[in-house]
Order: sequence, then C-alpha cells, then structure tokens
Amino acid sequence: MSEAEETDIARQVAFRGGGFAPTPYRWIGLAVFVVLVGLAEIGTRSGFISPLTLPKPSDVLLTFGELYDSGLLWTHLAPSLTRLAVGAALGATLGIGVGVLIGLFSYIRAGMVPLVAAIFPIPKIALLPLFVIWFGIDEASKYALIAFGTFTPTVVATYGAVDNVDRTLIRMGQSFGMSWKSIVRKIILPGAMPGILSGLRISLAIAIILLVAAEMLGAEHGIGAYILEAGALYNLERLFAGVVILSVLGVLLSTVIGAVERYVLRWRT
Amino acid sequence: MDIRLSGISHSYGDLEVLRNISLDIPSGKIVCIVGPTGCGKSTLLRLIGGLEAPNKGSVLQLGVPAEDCLNALTYVFQDFALLPWRTVAGNISLVLEDHEITRADIKETISDVLARTKLTDFARALPKQLSGGMKQRVAIARALAVKPAVMLMDEPLSALDSQTRELLMDDMVALWTRQPFTAVYVTHNLDEAVRMGHSIVVLSRCPGQIREIVHLEKPLDERSYGDGDLQFRQKYLWNLMRDEALAADSELINV
Repeated sequence: MSEAEETDIARQVAFRGGGFAPTPYRWIGLAVFVVLVGLAEIGTRSGFISPLTLPKPSDVLLTFGELYDSGLLWTHLAPSLTRLAVGAALGATLGIGVGVLIGLFSYIRAGMVPLVAAIFPIPKIALLPLFVIWFGIDEASKYALIAFGTFTPTVVATYGAVDNVDRTLIRMGQSFGMSWKSIVRKIILPGAMPGILSGLRISLAIAIILLVAAEMLGAEHGIGAYILEAGALYNLERLFAGVVILSVLGVLLSTVIGAVERYVLRWRT
Repeated sequence: MDIRLSGISHSYGDLEVLRNISLDIPSGKIVCIVGPTGCGKSTLLRLIGGLEAPNKGSVLQLGVPAEDCLNALTYVFQDFALLPWRTVAGNISLVLEDHEITRADIKETISDVLARTKLTDFARALPKQLSGGMKQRVAIARALAVKPAVMLMDEPLSALDSQTRELLMDDMVALWTRQPFTAVYVTHNLDEAVRMGHSIVVLSRCPGQIREIVHLEKPLDERSYGDGDLQFRQKYLWNLMRDEALAADSELINV
C-alpha cells in the first residue's frame, strides 16, 4: 500500500515562524551603558585612550560630586529647568492650540500649513540674535527661543493627530445629533491624544537642545552656560558632567511622558 | 413615524450610484435592503438619515416622532463606532449628555437599555475588553437609549462570525417582539434579510434601482435557523440577484 510507504518517510515539519516580533528586554539597555562606560574607564586608565581624547568616567563622576557639594549644581540647574518649563509649556500649549485649529478649520489650514512648513526647517538657533533684539538679552528671549522651537513640531504632530481621528466616530457623533462643541471635546480631542503625546516627545527633546543653545548666548548660570565655559577652558570632565546632566534630563522627560501616556491612554489595546 | 423616499437619485461625480428610488418605510416594520456589492445600499441609508444629501428626490418624515424621542433617525454601524476611551456606560451616556436630561434620568436610561441588551454586568468595561458581538450589542443599546423613531442599521452583523450573528439575530428579534421598532436594515446577507425583514427590497447593481420588493408574512419570532419556507424565499431572492452579483463582481472598479 502506498499509505504505508508514505508513513515510512514521515518527517517533522520544521518550525519557520519565529522572529520579527520585538520583545522587551529590560536590563540590556543599562548593560550597554555600563559596558561602554567601563570600556572608557579601562581605556583611559591604561593610557590606551589619551586624556585629551576622553576624560576618565570616574573623574567626570568626581567633578559631578564637587558640583553637587558646592551647591553650584542647583545654581545652574534651577534657571535651566525654569527656562525649559516656561518655554516648552508656552510652545507646546500654543502648538496644540494652533494644531487643533488647523485640524478643524479648512481656512486656517490653508493659511497656516504653508507658514508652518516655512518656519519648521529654520534652525531656531540662527534666530537667537533676532530674539535678543525683540525680547531683550535676559530671560524672555530664551523663553521665546525654546517656545518657538517646540511650537512647530507640536503643530505638525497635532494637526496630523486630529486628521487621523477615526472619521466613523465623528459620523457617529453627527448621526446622534451631538453638537459641534461636544464632538470636538468628546470625540476629536481624546481621539487625537495619542498623536499629540507622541509629538510632545519630539518637541520636548528639541526644547532641551534649544535650552543649551539659548544659554550659550548671554547666560550667567544654566547647564548650557556651564558646558560652554567648560568647553572654552577645555575642561573635559566638566564638559562631560554637563552633557550627562542633559542626557539624564532627556531620559527623565521621556519617562514622564511615558507615564502620562500610560495613564491617559490606558484605554488603548 | 413613517419615512417616504421619493424619486431619489444620487451620484458621486460621474458615477451614478442610485437611480429613481421611491420607497415607503412603514412604522413598526423592518425593511431590509439587499443587493450586490457596490449597488449603493449604504449610500441609500446615509441619505435616509441625513448624513448625505441626495442629488435628486427627497426623503420625507411622515408624522412626528414620539414625544420622548431624542434622535429620530439613529444609526447602528457595521464597525460599531464605539469610543474606545469610554466605558460601555460612558458610550451610551455620550449620546444623552447633549440633551437636557438630568443625571438621574441618564443613569436610569443607561441601566434600562443595558438590561434590555443583557449588558448590565459590563457597564464599566472598556470596548477593547468586549467581543465583536458584545460591541454591537453596546451599539444597539446606545441606539435604543435615544428612543429612535427609525433605526438605520448598516450591515450591523457583517463584522461578526456566523455563530455570533445567529445569537445577535435572536436578540434583535426578541427586542422587536417585546417592543416593535421601525428599522431599515441594510445587508448583503440574504439569510439575515429573510430572518429580520418584514419586507425585502432588492436593488439592482450600480446604479441601484429597486428590482423587486418581497413581503414576508411570517412573524419574526416564528422564523428560525434552517426554516424550510424561509430557505425557499431565500433561494428566490438569490435567483433574482445572482446574475447581477456575477456581473457586479466581474466589473472593473473605477477609482
């Protein structure tokens, strides 16, 4: 019988379905940091990497310790955080407002989208002298620079998010005779929330970049001023200490947004 | 309240989708609209509910809806259209909040419609936690909450598997038997049509015209799965539609 012959050559079907599915591994990210810093430490200690190329990580830590002990850390961090908070809040609020208006009204869209496209690629740092003339050399010009820089990406993300709100949900609202205001408040805004929040991630990173740029011009205190001063003196330990503070700031902000996302968007699958 | 369609024609640009449709939808009855893919069934439903305006002809409401009716023409959508960020109860309260009703009345309406659709235990669940059949029951509960004069159902069971569809059909028949409602029920599924419809309007392929209206006398609650008489009627409908469906299927789509 042919059936019997077939069973003689029975073979296990090989599995070929795995992969292509991102799996979260928690500690690998930290491990990469530790290994890189460890390599730098070993390299600088052994003299394989010259002190002019890279400071010893342990020295950077020491410098950071001194900065903390002397209380100078707060003298620099406090104004920086204020600038970041005021500038980013201003830019993000205006950006979300304008973005929602663009998403809702075709006339505003027609007028504003080309304008935003024209402003977006301008390196805002290049406009710093202009801001100094407009808003003065002190805090206002720094707020304005950060606000302006966060404004454009927030606008683009927000109107994209409003455009992406499920049209069938809006039709549903209309078919139940909901008022325009209710549709915007209860359907469009919550529906655009995921897009707005992921836009904020980018906007806030840009805000940190601009913070340093703003402080490099005429600021007595601030992380940017600290880094600039260290760079001018070629004090690599202090330069790196400042850079590490910025990185930590970025990681913290991103964690905060992640937590807000998890809370606000807990309805998402 | 009855609905009368008189001489409705509609086209999207050069594409004529509906031609000269005249139809009466009597109150307390379910009118099914069947037809091949792309014959304008869903467009017709959007015209009836005022989500689109016809190029020619008019949709008339004859008589006034009941006093407590909040939204005379109310849809049940194929894809449920539930807000994913609101709970089951929240989704129903959404369509009541715009009216001048007290909080207590809203609460009472919600618990009433949830009880009628057997969803009382799921009031606080989010849509993502529900199966497709439950989601559609929530959408039906939401539609019932505004006490519609006419329910406009756009392929309400088409996104569901056949077992769930069977169960939900029984639920809807039970709802109708307890308290008859007026409905326009669009479907491509002839089995649903013969189970749910008091009359079945067969549309031709694009541009949709009324080919025939079939009336079924058998009471809804006596119709059941695999009923011989209904299968006979279904076969008749299929014979009406087969050539059209075949032709519609082999047409090129002009995008």
